[in-house]
Amino acid sequence: MPSTEEVRERIERALPGARATVTDLTGGGDHLRAEVVYGGFAGLSRIEQHRLVYDVFDGEIGGAIHALSLKTSIEAPEGET
Amino acid sequence: MTDEQIRDEIQRAISEERVMLFMKGTPDMPRCGFSARVSQILNATGVDYAAMDILPDPRIRQQLSGLSGWPTIPQLFVKGELVGGCDIVTEMFESGELAQTLGVEQPGRAETPAPQAPAQAPPLQIE
Repeated sequence: MPSTEEVRERIERALPGARATVTDLTGGGDHLRAEVVYGGFAGLSRIEQHRLVYDVFDGEIGGAIHALSLKTSIEAPEGET
Repeated sequence: MTDEQIRDEIQRAISEERVMLFMKGTPDMPRCGFSARVSQILNATGVDYAAMDILPDPRIRQQLSGLSGWPTIPQLFVKGELVGGCDIVTEMFESGELAQTLGVEQPGRAETPAPQAPAQAPPLQIE
């Protein structure tokens, strides 16, 4: 089961320049939430944005990672750095 | 039932049902919090929708994800297009976009509804 840190690194490695925040929703390590800010999302629909992230974990979602909840945005919300 | 028959049945539901939800359990008795939330949101919008329980046969999920290219359940389709899973549907409900996509009026306040809304339609089943 990949750790939140591993998931963060893999997203950031696969999507150059992306910033990801990964949290463990249940403490059990299998329900993760990732908030991903990535300029490359520009012009993509939400579905396409989420697919880009899911594709990083090809085949692992539903398996080793039971659930990965996603929130994607192009830029960080105001007030966050 | 062969894999192909399952795939055809899923494909038929996606193309024939204007609003089609694939979920774990049924709108009356959801078997997963994410599925429950999406069916409650749909109930709150008042839209008519069809739902299919993916749990009775693991191949339903395999075939569905193969068709949609989407790894998780629930999956909501509107007019044959994948709208998203729980995260996207929730975000769209809160922003009012979902009502637009569904072609219904946004309910008074965009709040995730409390978990006891009644179901709209009997679930579709693959026997």
